[in-house]
Amino acid sequence: MKAEEAFPEQSLAPWVPVVGLEIHAQISSNSKLFSGSQVQFAAPPNSLVSFFDASLPGTLPVLNRRCVEAAVMTGLALNCSINKKSLFDRKHYFYADLPAGYQITQQRVPIAVNGSLSYSLCIDNKMSQMVTKTVRIKQIQLEQDSGKSLHDDTRSQTLIDLNRAGVGLMEVVMEPDMCCGEEAAAAVRELQLILQTLGSSQAVMAEGQLRVDANVSVHHPGEPYGVRTEVKNINSIRFLAKAVDYEIQRQIEELENGGTILNETRAFDSKLGCTVPMRDKEGKQDYRFMPEPNLPPLILYDAKSLPANMNHQQVVNIDWIHKRLPDLPSVKRAKLVEQYGILPEHSFTLLNEDGLAEFFENVVKQTQMKPKKVIGWIIKDLLSHLKQHSLTVKESPVSSFLLADLLNLLVKKDISSTAAKQVLAELWKGEGKTPLEIVKEKKLGLIQDQKELEQICQAVIDRQENEVMAIKSGNQKVLNKLIGLVQRETQGRSNAVLVRQILEKKLSE
Amino acid sequence: MLRASLRQVSAALRDGHVTPTELCQRCLSLIKSTKFLNAYITVAEESALKQAEESEERYRRGQPLGVLDGIPIAVKDNFNTAGIETTCASNMLKGYISPYNATVVQKLLDQGAVLLGKTNLDEFAMGSGSTDGVFGPVRNPWSYSRQYKEKSVPKSHSEDEESNWVITGGSSGGSAAAVSSFTCFAALGSDTGGSTRNPAAHCGVVGLKPTYGLISRHGLIPLVNSMDVPGILTRCVDDAAVVLGSLAGHDPKDSTTIQDNFKPFELPNLTDVSKLSIGIPKEYHAPGLSSEILALWSKAADLFKNAGAKVVEVSLPHTRYSIVCYHVLCTAEVASNMARFDGLEYGHRSDMNKSTESMYAATRREGFNDVVRGRILSGNYFLLKQNYENYFVKAQKVRRLIANDFVKVFGSGVDILLTPTTLSDAAPYTEFIKEDNRTRSAQDDILTQAANMAGLPAINVPTALSERGLPVGLQFIGRSFQEKQLLTVAKWFEKQVKFPMIQLEEVKRHDHGVFQHQKSASFS
Repeated sequence: MKAEEAFPEQSLAPWVPVVGLEIHAQISSNSKLFSGSQVQFAAPPNSLVSFFDASLPGTLPVLNRRCVEAAVMTGLALNCSINKKSLFDRKHYFYADLPAGYQITQQRVPIAVNGSLSYSLCIDNKMSQMVTKTVRIKQIQLEQDSGKSLHDDTRSQTLIDLNRAGVGLMEVVMEPDMCCGEEAAAAVRELQLILQTLGSSQAVMAEGQLRVDANVSVHHPGEPYGVRTEVKNINSIRFLAKAVDYEIQRQIEELENGGTILNETRAFDSKLGCTVPMRDKEGKQDYRFMPEPNLPPLILYDAKSLPANMNHQQVVNIDWIHKRLPDLPSVKRAKLVEQYGILPEHSFTLLNEDGLAEFFENVVKQTQMKPKKVIGWIIKDLLSHLKQHSLTVKESPVSSFLLADLLNLLVKKDISSTAAKQVLAELWKGEGKTPLEIVKEKKLGLIQDQKELEQICQAVIDRQENEVMAIKSGNQKVLNKLIGLVQRETQGRSNAVLVRQILEKKLSE
Repeated sequence: MLRASLRQVSAALRDGHVTPTELCQRCLSLIKSTKFLNAYITVAEESALKQAEESEERYRRGQPLGVLDGIPIAVKDNFNTAGIETTCASNMLKGYISPYNATVVQKLLDQGAVLLGKTNLDEFAMGSGSTDGVFGPVRNPWSYSRQYKEKSVPKSHSEDEESNWVITGGSSGGSAAAVSSFTCFAALGSDTGGSTRNPAAHCGVVGLKPTYGLISRHGLIPLVNSMDVPGILTRCVDDAAVVLGSLAGHDPKDSTTIQDNFKPFELPNLTDVSKLSIGIPKEYHAPGLSSEILALWSKAADLFKNAGAKVVEVSLPHTRYSIVCYHVLCTAEVASNMARFDGLEYGHRSDMNKSTESMYAATRREGFNDVVRGRILSGNYFLLKQNYENYFVKAQKVRRLIANDFVKVFGSGVDILLTPTTLSDAAPYTEFIKEDNRTRSAQDDILTQAANMAGLPAINVPTALSERGLPVGLQFIGRSFQEKQLLTVAKWFEKQVKFPMIQLEEVKRHDHGVFQHQKSASFS
């Protein structure tokens, strides 16, 4: 019997969730999009505000070339077509942290359009089952950030900090090609890695350099998309997945209970793990868009259109930027897999942490150990330790040089892998000792003396009559226990392969 | 001395016939004695005298900064001036002291000019009479000239002066009055729809609106960003060229300025106009054009014809849509530009503090006059999503058609267009205020507006006195960035018409108690 026949019509039609994203990435630049003020996180309030940022009458915007280049770079990395001519518009609304009463953005003709982003995610949380998906990028537009409002409820005051006002943003609009929180999170994570690789944004969500709004709706297959809600206030990738999944579930339940979905803005409450309606900004806003009259059209050139007599400092050349794009994460991963023979999922792990791939490659360069084995030490030992202590790769007390040194001792069979782990634990203390010094100090070197090892093995055999009986009667598995006991006796300073040989030989005598 | 042209007084300074301090003091005392004109909002006496002193020191060392060193000038009160109030004649900015100088102000100061003060205007430059500012209307100095008094027969002596004084035109009326009454040698105005040329025509001075993009707008508090141009008001065309030379060129702070450097020029004395082609656009024969101005216009055309120039009638068919098109574009930009005045960062803030929104509303209600609020309201209406295509986009298309008309005419071989600047001579204040600001602006901008739509350079040249003894000017419109040609022709014309100098032997007492009774001593 087919599954469909078993259930009544109503619950048989599953819901199809649809997720689109609008992502604001703060451009990594020394100065703001249209003014010379510095950009810096957590500077004293209102210390980075030019006359233009405070919208003093008579001031005019002057476009920052660096921001344009960052947007072009990002557009190219996301397979967009770059518009050779784009325009700026004013978007009007009154808000205390928007001093001019309008934001300069690119509503009509943005700088980049029609791109795509490929991202991978694992199925059922299994690293070994990864699938690659693609989301279309509708457009990337340049726009100004707003200031920050700080509400002091006890004194019923609102304080305004304009340090962020006018900082350059790239708004990346992703088409609704995703269907769950996991996909949205994976897409944003990949975008974050790309931005960081390009250097076009530092994209640290906790510092507000990457802000994600999710548009969520659900519908039945074959029917038009449902009414969508916009979820804001998402400040980590983990919360993004949670917020989207919560919202999908909420909508399904609402609809199944006969309710309707309102086209509204909701905020994600990370403490409660749910979305709540946001105080509506007095109904629907009409932003009264208008061309920005103080900025001429933004013209970009390529090798073909570049005028011969133009000062190269004055123009942005798309081809020039294209040639200088760094390897993107997907390419880097493929190269790692190909060059070192590591598993694809390991390449993801390597790129997921800033600097980890470089760390790995440095270790590989300095050791005779095979990359396939090195990766285990990197992921199982180094990374888990860093995570335990909330350290970044760059903050690791064990340098790639020290780790390579240690692994070399292992390769040369100077120490056992058990001992190596002990040495590593010592190295974490960061006391400046070399692995060899630790080995000597703690006497962790493998027992090189065959006779000494044989004596220890004999002593173990003598003590474990039952086990010896078992082995002799054919239960070879018990041999491992004896090997373990020898290891314990030698405090990990014995070569397991050698010990097995000695024990086997002795027991067959 | 004060009646001299800028170039003449500059020569006098160089030759030591007068010192910058003496000159500055004489201007300041004339400003005081002509205070009833209400030309100035702020007189920066202290800083002006200090600048004059510094200039004097440079002359003493024999190292003046150039032609402008020591020259007293005035600036319309919608240009930012560091340390001196910038009000835009609005409650919104009363008491506002900008932390920076507009680029044009900085350039003048860098060349040694002495900034006497800030001149009156219509609130935020919205008007054509200089009657709608929070500091009251500007009076046209010609109201007190012998020429006007002789021609206009007073009904009864007691009422005449109070009811007969005429407006300056606007919105740069304070600047025009300041130059016309000899309190300064040059003044900056701004020109969005005729705001420099219109008062220049009514006050009998030269008013130049340069090509859009030739002079930086940085620091000019905007009316319509895509049409605003700093304007230059002087006694003669040569002086306008001097000031233009000191202001023009690329400004990194204004992305709409030309990229190339501007080369200042001196105007040649044209002797032969036979190679010139002067266009007479028939559409400027507009309804309401006074017969005497029409006659003057055709006399001027004849003047060129008789001197050997080719004079051709041309057509600018879309100019008639200019005013209605301007209304949409101007109010839309006004709505946007005025959004920043919310009482938070600077300017007036209402005491109303029930909520941020109510504070915004009260601040803007208290800060702006009806004219400004009216334009904000219509501008926001035109920008609404459902109206944008029908109004704003359409108006932009019409603007392109208007500009293309000029391209065609200049493409056909015409060098310069000759038109009237205003429909009539200046109206008495009591007449003028019978119509509202909007009606007035629509009428008064009709002949000057299109040049702003097209971004073209245009200049008012004082031509003759009307039957009532008031100045009438004609306008020359040139090709984009062809200021030299435009001014050269204007200079030739200026020389032919020999416009009479204003005769203000004394400034009459005002017996109606509104103004201080002061006697002018120094019109010599």
